[in-house]
Amino acid sequence: MLQYIVRRLLQLIPMLLGITVISFVIIQLSPGDFLAEMRLNPIVSQQTVDQMRRNFGLDQPLYVQYLKWLWNAVRLEFGYSFAFQVPVTWLIGSRLLNSVLLNVALFAAAWAVAIPLGIFGARRQYSLADNTLSFVAYVGISTPVFFSGLFLLYIAFRTGWFPIGGMTSIDYEFLPWTGKVLDVAHHMVLPVIAYGVFGGAGLMRQMRASLLEVLRQDYVRTARAKGLAERVVINKHAVRNAINPLITIFGYSLGGLLGGSAILEIVMGWPGIGKLLLEATVQKDLYVVMAALVIGSVTLVVGNLIADILLALSDPRIRYD
Amino acid sequence: MANRAVEIRRRPRGASSEAPRAELRTPAQLAWRQLRKHPMALAGGAVLVVLYLLVVFAEFLAPYSLDFADRERFFHPPILPRFADSQGFSLRPFVHGTTLVDPGLRRYEADPTRRYYLRFFVRGEPYRLFGLFPSDAHLFGVDPPGRIFLLGTDQSGRDQFSRILYGSRISMTIGLYASAVTIPIGLLYGGISGYYGGRIDNVMMRLAEFVISIPDFYLLLTLSAVLPTQVGCTTRFYLIILILSFIGWAGFSRIIRGIVLSLKEQEYVLAAKAAGLGDLRIIARHILPQTASFVIVVVTLGIPGAILGESALSFIGFGIREPCSSWGNLLTQASNLPTLILSPWLLFPGLFIIAAVVAFNVFGDGLRDALDPRVRAG
Repeated sequence: MLQYIVRRLLQLIPMLLGITVISFVIIQLSPGDFLAEMRLNPIVSQQTVDQMRRNFGLDQPLYVQYLKWLWNAVRLEFGYSFAFQVPVTWLIGSRLLNSVLLNVALFAAAWAVAIPLGIFGARRQYSLADNTLSFVAYVGISTPVFFSGLFLLYIAFRTGWFPIGGMTSIDYEFLPWTGKVLDVAHHMVLPVIAYGVFGGAGLMRQMRASLLEVLRQDYVRTARAKGLAERVVINKHAVRNAINPLITIFGYSLGGLLGGSAILEIVMGWPGIGKLLLEATVQKDLYVVMAALVIGSVTLVVGNLIADILLALSDPRIRYD
Repeated sequence: MANRAVEIRRRPRGASSEAPRAELRTPAQLAWRQLRKHPMALAGGAVLVVLYLLVVFAEFLAPYSLDFADRERFFHPPILPRFADSQGFSLRPFVHGTTLVDPGLRRYEADPTRRYYLRFFVRGEPYRLFGLFPSDAHLFGVDPPGRIFLLGTDQSGRDQFSRILYGSRISMTIGLYASAVTIPIGLLYGGISGYYGGRIDNVMMRLAEFVISIPDFYLLLTLSAVLPTQVGCTTRFYLIILILSFIGWAGFSRIIRGIVLSLKEQEYVLAAKAAGLGDLRIIARHILPQTASFVIVVVTLGIPGAILGESALSFIGFGIREPCSSWGNLLTQASNLPTLILSPWLLFPGLFIIAAVVAFNVFGDGLRDALDPRVRAG
């Protein structure tokens, strides 16, 4: 097992190299660069632009730029943001924290709602409640996050119960720490609902399908035949086995976290990494885009690795060697 | 066997050469028989048929053209046809004329004295049906200066209902086009990779994993930043299809590879090899057709992904742009919160997205069950 993990981690290196090369080429393909806007500005002289171009290393050939970037990235220095004039590491650091915070909340909410509902649906297959839930789940997985986000913002304005977008209130800095926590939590409610409908619906369907599969097994019939209470049959025999495939999904969704919440952050004005990526892409802030892509990819790949490990841990039939 | 004998005896003389019906069902017929048992899937299919009819007859069904703008009626709330007002009841549906009373709050006042009757098959702006037949007939409309805005108007006074119909052309077809690009590439790539195995497989799959490992939305965003800004709508449409395909082919080919890996051990492949067929021919003619039912399901369940991808992209301004319309692009106006609050009808295009995606998902799930022989009861 340890050997397997080490091998997978080693495979990560060429993978990351490939991803960074692809990202670098894609970004360089896009027309114009960060200085394009400055060049059009009559106040900024041509010398200044040339000077900045040299400072940022934009005058060097592509592969030199890439190798320099790579050499720095290995030492966890992701360069300098053109637009914000701070090291990318600073910028990404705070945004990443916000994204992780939001995602943990989304995740917890989606699982807390989806698992019980999935079990409920499977136990009463094809009942009115189950059919209703199934239909709601269909609508849930089919609703674009930006639509549910906008809709909730509209509701928030009409009712005045929740803040409209953002992560903190204007007076955030003056609040005591309990107030700060409550303020952020208050801002988090809408995104969690918007995403919970989406993320939770898919999970619920998985849980329901998985439990239905298990309930058809012989050992469940045996458990019932020997007179166990239905509650014990479900909770001890069925659900524990049905949850197995969901553990894998847990790992995979760990990987998909950052990518999944990006558009939600954009709509809700949450200062996370997805929003940063959008802004950076618009401004051609090369190194910020690179860093965001690398971080997103690393989480995805590591999440998949965790999924595989969890699967092996939870299911003794699976062996990697 | 006994049943069969009975059936044969009962058959009328003229048809005696036919085999018993139950044994001659094509896979398509079997699937249809299964599909009929899923009322949800059928309903989804029906919704899809309706939506594609909208696509085909958009110009005829839309009361106004894509670019029609009534500058004096920007952000006009929806006008629904009515049968009665303070003046009395009318069997013919009609709408009231409106005037702008408060430009700041965008309040319009209906004038009950001005009735405009809804008329069917009216002459309006000329267009070419299917791009071929010149016509100026529209399904319904009211005589100018009356206006019928079923779903309200946007900031330039363009009819949102008409623009949603025109937008369906892009939103409903982009998934089809993207699949048409992705599937051949994915089949060939996955087929070759799985069939040859070994080092070829290793290299090809690592290459595919590069693409899979970048989060979809991040890749979508960076790739669309590459698109030239000065091109027309049609060009941009095709470029977005290319982007969606670029993201989609890798995951698809990896699944195909997995299927081919198990299929290539089958005896009929060995037989084909023994018969001296070339590798590519074996892959294309003998192995890949086996994946057909899987591919059909993947396409039906993959199209909603493309619809959502395109609408997300257009929503943040990286996809289809003004003056063209797609459902995601129409929603962009709603992302301005003060606008949205005064004009909530700007959210309507989102309902079309949801309807289309739900329909595809429900239909696709039914289709998967119908095509899966394991679920087949009898």
